[in-house]
Amino acid sequence: MPAAISERPGRYGSKGTVGSILLQMFLILFAFVQIYPLVWLAFFSLKDNSEIFSGEVLGLPRKFLWSNYVKALSEGNVLTYFGNSVLVTAATIVLVLILSAMSAYAIARMKWKLSNATMTLILLGMMVPIHSALLPLFMVLRNLNLLNTYWALIIPYVAFGLPIAVYITASFFKSVPREMEESAVMDGCGVYRAFFLIILPLVRPALATVAIFTFISAWNELMFAVTFINDTEYQTLTVGMMSMVGTYITHWGVVGAGLMIATIPTILIYLLLNKQVQESMIAGAVKG
Amino acid sequence: MDRVFSNKRDIAVFVGPTLLLFVAIVLVPIFVSSYYSLLDWNGIGNGKFIGLDNYVEMFTDSRALNSMKNSLLFAAASVFFQLPVSLLLALILASSVKGEGFYRTVYFIPVLISTVVIAQLWSKIYNADYGLLNTLLKTVGLPDLASDWLGQRKTALVASFIPILWQYVGYHMLLMYAGAKSISSEIIEAAKIDGASTIRTAFSVIIPLMKPVLKVSLVFSVIGALKIFDLIYVLTGGGPFFVTEVPSTLMYTTIFDTFRYGYGSAISVFIILECLVFTIVINKLFKTE
Repeated sequence: MPAAISERPGRYGSKGTVGSILLQMFLILFAFVQIYPLVWLAFFSLKDNSEIFSGEVLGLPRKFLWSNYVKALSEGNVLTYFGNSVLVTAATIVLVLILSAMSAYAIARMKWKLSNATMTLILLGMMVPIHSALLPLFMVLRNLNLLNTYWALIIPYVAFGLPIAVYITASFFKSVPREMEESAVMDGCGVYRAFFLIILPLVRPALATVAIFTFISAWNELMFAVTFINDTEYQTLTVGMMSMVGTYITHWGVVGAGLMIATIPTILIYLLLNKQVQESMIAGAVKG
Repeated sequence: MDRVFSNKRDIAVFVGPTLLLFVAIVLVPIFVSSYYSLLDWNGIGNGKFIGLDNYVEMFTDSRALNSMKNSLLFAAASVFFQLPVSLLLALILASSVKGEGFYRTVYFIPVLISTVVIAQLWSKIYNADYGLLNTLLKTVGLPDLASDWLGQRKTALVASFIPILWQYVGYHMLLMYAGAKSISSEIIEAAKIDGASTIRTAFSVIIPLMKPVLKVSLVFSVIGALKIFDLIYVLTGGGPFFVTEVPSTLMYTTIFDTFRYGYGSAISVFIILECLVFTIVINKLFKTE
């Protein structure tokens, strides 16, 4: 069959032909490949070892073992890791939004000699891998006694999140008509009020894009998290997942439950806002 | 009006904090790392200045060279296996097939999941005794193919490439899809009216017009491969016998396990320069064409 298709390439894609059926089969197969490992994870997070190891890979759990989740959350410390991830990620998002919106506004709208140079500098920053900062930051944080604090993660996450955020918001500011803020200023509004009350609400889509993008990178970050934090009390989910897996190496179900708990927030956000998430990932890619 | 928007103090308030953080946390450490890379230093006391010795060691040490080779192989695997699949999927989905939105949404899901979770999941998939892969092989009657995928020198490297290729196929698919969708349908219609087949239209009309997004994808997949850390660190830690080691994991163990801060910094500087060079080269390639 495939040979016949390749001889008549013009027909694939048109509806109702053998080609379009094969095309759908290919797409479904690929969807299966992309999603099946995750379904397998969801299933084994609800099983006990004897069922997981029985070799029945496709099956739904015979009995849904929610106790795996309870165990992961309490004994496995996942509740602590989860709370830390929420706190660090939320603080990072808020700070990135405020700082990037303000500086993007200054760069796009205010009149000063170095605004273009500043933008170029920040754009260059988008290419810097975090590797170069790892050891210098570690030394500074250690000397300031900031290792094993939330700030040890929030500050670097914000700094490395800013370049792309400034880029995205600045391009939005450029599309806002100048008359808006000019009339606001005419009416006696100061720059600050004009910015926070008039301009910021207009660029809400850009802020949403930045928030989503920042969420994904902060929630999933590992290298800084594993280096700057070794106290369980402050560990985030990515690091916690590594140590939990070590502790529960023989209890696949509990490990699976932990991995699911780490993943569910992202999946929920994606299911609720999938179009916006996709758009923000596209916007985040302009930097190439 | 201009006076309101050029008040120096206001500008400083708006842009100052960002600039300060950016310079202190993103820029200055590059120079600090470059300086560290010239030292023989274990982090205690003052390091000894040894010039470029760390770099000489990096380019003569077989372990370091092997890690560089691995990351280049990784980049090649991304470019020659992952991107073509992404492109194919993007072109199919952009041609308005049934279920376009559904497939796009599903293919993209792995991109959003933490690489740590992906690595833990795949270590279970590869597990020699109970893993998904070996169980499937046994189920379909090929028990002889079952293997300790990550534990064997022969298979460990390829086995550690696959999860990341799998994870990011959807990412490049999405970028390319957006690029293909932005091509005006009139151009594609015109090609069709001229009698071009679907495949011919794809190769001579759509793909050439996707050049900007293809460049972005290429840069991202190459740079991403050169920087890769999370997946290898969690999945294999660079083992067995350093077979799967990449520059980032080597940098990490050099600094934090063997406390050779100078040598580790040299590796980090190498990674930055490598990324920079590849970005410039790819941009140049796309310009001259």
